[in-house]
Amino acid sequence: MVPVTYYVALSAVLFIIGAMGVLVRRNALIIFMSVELMLNAANLAFVAFASVNNILDGQIFVFFIIAVAAAEVAVGLALIVAIFRTKKSIDVDQINMLKG
Amino acid sequence: MIQFDINNLKPILPLIVLTVWAVALLLVDLFIPKERKGLTALLAAAGLALTIGFALAQTGQTGLGFNGMVVLDGFSTFLNVLLLVTGLMGISLAYGYLKRMGIERGEYYSLILFSIVGMMLMAQAADLIVVFIALELLSIPLYVLAAFANTNAASEEAGIKYFLLGAFSGGFVVYGIALVFGATQTTAIIEIAAAAQAGTANIPLMLAGSALIMVGFGFKVAAVPFHMWTPDVYQGAPTPVTAFMAAGAKIAGFAALMRVFSTAFPSLAADLTPVLAILAALTMIVGNVVAVAQTNVKRMLAYSSIAHAGYILMAFVAFGNPEVAPTAIAAGIFYLVTYAVTNFGSWGIVIALEEAEGKGLELDDYAGLGRKNPLMAAAMTVFMFSLAGIPPTLGLWGKIYLFSAVVAVDFYWLAIIGVLTSLISAFYYLRLVVIMYMKDGEPKTTSEWWLNLSWISMAAITVILSFIPAFLFGWASEAVMKLF
Repeated sequence: MVPVTYYVALSAVLFIIGAMGVLVRRNALIIFMSVELMLNAANLAFVAFASVNNILDGQIFVFFIIAVAAAEVAVGLALIVAIFRTKKSIDVDQINMLKG
Repeated sequence: MIQFDINNLKPILPLIVLTVWAVALLLVDLFIPKERKGLTALLAAAGLALTIGFALAQTGQTGLGFNGMVVLDGFSTFLNVLLLVTGLMGISLAYGYLKRMGIERGEYYSLILFSIVGMMLMAQAADLIVVFIALELLSIPLYVLAAFANTNAASEEAGIKYFLLGAFSGGFVVYGIALVFGATQTTAIIEIAAAAQAGTANIPLMLAGSALIMVGFGFKVAAVPFHMWTPDVYQGAPTPVTAFMAAGAKIAGFAALMRVFSTAFPSLAADLTPVLAILAALTMIVGNVVAVAQTNVKRMLAYSSIAHAGYILMAFVAFGNPEVAPTAIAAGIFYLVTYAVTNFGSWGIVIALEEAEGKGLELDDYAGLGRKNPLMAAAMTVFMFSLAGIPPTLGLWGKIYLFSAVVAVDFYWLAIIGVLTSLISAFYYLRLVVIMYMKDGEPKTTSEWWLNLSWISMAAITVILSFIPAFLFGWASEAVMKLF
């Protein structure tokens, strides 16, 4: 059996890739995909911890995260579509009316 | 087969009432003609008033529900009532504004109600799973509300910025919870503390998890260095939404932080306290110093709200000391009340002066208000004095309670930074007062019944509570007593 540390290390790597993606990429959709990657990293960690300790809590939490992520997608994509209609772009560097 | 016990519903009765009301309102709103959306507002306010009744009826009761997932105690009852009043203010400030700006839509009111359900669940959460769900339930309607003036580019920009950073911070919270779960094999707040005490917890992993949770909530309550979104979102969002999220999201975020940190993580206090103290200091300094440079009132108040988050964070440096912690947390929720009251009052006056297309929001637009509308100028002066903490206002008492809690755990340097940054803040708050009274100008003010009622009542509450702070602090301490 693969030890739990491997799964947790993989989830940490996924989480960091997601966080870096949010900070580095400039396309709102890709930033959003990076956020989803962070959530899925947490899912992986939850499942790994739950199966190694034989506790169901972690697996149930994953369902909640998936459901919440779906709700976020609904709102987030609607916002991205709305802003694309106004600006004809979803590059976050061009969404810069407010500053100071 | 586990039997469902109907008693589980008791602790969350106000939440159920409000959720059902909000869903029903969404349907009823379809049948209300476009020119009579005031009826929707009235129904939403009635739902909130009804829920306040249910929440008040729970005073003094304590209990757990759903296998310890949610908790009812003095702390949650106090905050539930505060949050419901926040919602009433969010509605009364918005009614005339939405009509005037041509963005009157019925969904506004349902979204406010859903967001409040999330905030209340946050105050009642006793399990990290519930904390996460409550966090998203309060945030998702706020993303929509921030972009509510749809097709207005500034509002859309505020929405997308709030959404992307909110989702980002949600990722940190979830991953932090995952690590805490891995370290302690539970997500129930009480059992986390028990595992840490019994020595079965993996402390480094738990520390990493709690730090990530702190980062995530730092975004939500707008603590430096996680504050970058705040000025933009507060400036771009419709002003009543800004007022609502400045107060509501902050109260809920701090409620969850207080419960999670003081119940689950006291054993980590030695490692977390210095970090929290530095966060508080940075937040106070950056918020107040940058606010001085602002000429847009919405932006200035946004930075001021960051600064106030810093003051409230001071309540956390004492969380690991069992003797001081209850007083410190009581001081924190006292400060949340004072902040909510003055916040709504000052945003109410900003709304009264705001005109279409973002005009009427510069500091100079307030010139001559003292002569044109003496009552409004006087109320704004009260709010500015209270926010700055000038004696003998409510804000001063809030700061005194917080500073004494910090001094009690020997963080003298933090109290000194608090006092110095308050002095800096007096400059930009008083500048607005000086502009109102000393400069000549012709400000255009709006007079709407609900709006006037809002800022006048907030001014009256600020003045009255300024003279009886011990009364409110007594309530706050009593509420916190039930938490420990």
